[in-house]
Amino acid sequence: MSNVFIAFQANEDSRPVIEAILEDNPNAVSSASPAMVKIDCKDRLVIRRESIESRIGRSFDLQEIQLSLITLTGHLDEDDDQLTLSWKQ
Amino acid sequence: MDMEASKKKLGLKERYNHLTRGLDWETTYQPKEKVFPYTRYEGIKIHDWDKWEDPFRLTMDAYWKYQGEKEKKLYAIIDAFAQNNGHLGVSDARYINALKLFIQGVSPLEYMAHRGFAHVGRQFDGVSARIACQMQSVDELRHAQTQMHTVSNYNKYYNGMHSWRHWHDRVWYLSVPKSFFDDAMSGGPFEFVVAISFAFEYVLTNLLFVPFMSGAAYNGDMGTVTFGFSAQSDESRHMTLGLEIIKFILEQDPANVPIVQRWMDKWFWRGYKVLTLVSMMMDYMLPKKVMSWKEAWEIYGEQNGGALFNDLARYGIRKPKGWEQASIEKEHLSHQAWAVFYNYGAAALFHTWTPTEEDKDWLSAKYPDTFDRMYRPRFEYWEQQAKEGKRFYNGTLPMLCTTCQIPMFFTEPTDPTKICYRESDYQGDKYHFCSDHCKDIFDYEPEKYVQSWLPVHQIYQGNCFNPGVDPTAPGFDPLRAVLDFYHLNFGRDNLDFEGSEDQKNFAQWNGHGAVGA
Repeated sequence: MSNVFIAFQANEDSRPVIEAILEDNPNAVSSASPAMVKIDCKDRLVIRRESIESRIGRSFDLQEIQLSLITLTGHLDEDDDQLTLSWKQ
Repeated sequence: MDMEASKKKLGLKERYNHLTRGLDWETTYQPKEKVFPYTRYEGIKIHDWDKWEDPFRLTMDAYWKYQGEKEKKLYAIIDAFAQNNGHLGVSDARYINALKLFIQGVSPLEYMAHRGFAHVGRQFDGVSARIACQMQSVDELRHAQTQMHTVSNYNKYYNGMHSWRHWHDRVWYLSVPKSFFDDAMSGGPFEFVVAISFAFEYVLTNLLFVPFMSGAAYNGDMGTVTFGFSAQSDESRHMTLGLEIIKFILEQDPANVPIVQRWMDKWFWRGYKVLTLVSMMMDYMLPKKVMSWKEAWEIYGEQNGGALFNDLARYGIRKPKGWEQASIEKEHLSHQAWAVFYNYGAAALFHTWTPTEEDKDWLSAKYPDTFDRMYRPRFEYWEQQAKEGKRFYNGTLPMLCTTCQIPMFFTEPTDPTKICYRESDYQGDKYHFCSDHCKDIFDYEPEKYVQSWLPVHQIYQGNCFNPGVDPTAPGFDPLRAVLDFYHLNFGRDNLDFEGSEDQKNFAQWNGHGAVGA
């Protein structure tokens, strides 16, 4: 199987999102480059709305991540509660 | 349509379904194939357009809301940059040449993408596809505009950015990105989305934007980082859509597989050749370097592309032809490209230079198998020549590849000391190519590529002089006449960085405080 990845601008909006991803995906590995943070994860990566909300103390619309998203790979599936990236094989 | 009022807000999937499934209608007085005349002749078979979905499920209200927020953030920074003389904060004036290449070579493509998606957005039979293309068309227009606005703050102070729109249609090296997009625009709608949404956006765009913007950040260019990442947030959507498009086409009919595979072979190679410019930007033009082209290719090409094509194998899709060759060339690409621009530094609209001692050590470390052995001696020879007052400028026009339009400087995949030449005969004329893959592309559609506007041919045919110029006049200098036609300010826009007006001004302005009124 292969890695999926997602990268965000390094800023205050993305920090709780990155923290939530790293907690919810034990295999996720983050690496920092100038102005950006890239997270790699084997096979599958999940972003959960509730994990972000518990960090920021307000309701969060998952589409807000578009504001600091840089790039991603894998098949994407998004609904109101979570965003998943995965490879099928 | 009757809808029961419900107290609960609609979920994301329901909202998206209402937008993309409920708003279309069946035509009554014209058949579908006359309303959407372009979606059948390429041979792609679509049975159910409703299978096309945007995985982000973006609705129009959310689209405008988030795009508006992105713009507000970006323009706040552009203002701050302009108000605080942000241009003086970059690592070195050499860096600004990377921006020149960007506004000359990339921004016009954003505008072409805006036009291209507006065009195919009209042509597709399915609503989801049309909405996705509409959003992308607006995105691309935004990219072109924000790039112009950001770079205009540099254009006030530095050379090489003043007439980029004029240059895009005329200048020799800019015909490489221009012809790439013109080739896609003149294909059918399915070929266009495979070319741009999949091959370029999904497979290759990371190699353009991520190193460029990380490079801008590392070199202190706040404005460019911000427009770049603002655009890149849209690119994430475009990339995701690129993958969905491929899956959609492949799942609709097995007969689509060989057509798509051929397009992938072609468009991977076309896009990869355009990225030659990015490779030299990363390895030679950034004073503070983020990663080498070779490393970027390994991460975003080999690993990421490897995962992608592994996944697509279930449809019977294989890696594009040319994939292995790109991996062989990662050791050579940037060095060969920069050497050519150094040669033609009198005809380029940015400055060129030989790498510094520090640069050379970095290149040795990043390219231990090739730089010291094959490329360092060449740059040191030129460096010596320049020290002796004999800075080398090549005055002979190069032979171009008919397909990618790049000068024929690439070497044989099996022998990096030998230039790669390929040729085809068509209707009594001979056509030249830089590689097997460019030759294959031509051989499949020769009637298209014989029409290529090749800058060197056009110059020799006398089509690149200003009106009224008399080539028979005594002392006529054809190359200078071509540069006049380009609107190149000789001695300011071109030649070596050493001794340039940009270099002097940047040093002076940094030494004597703020510039301005």
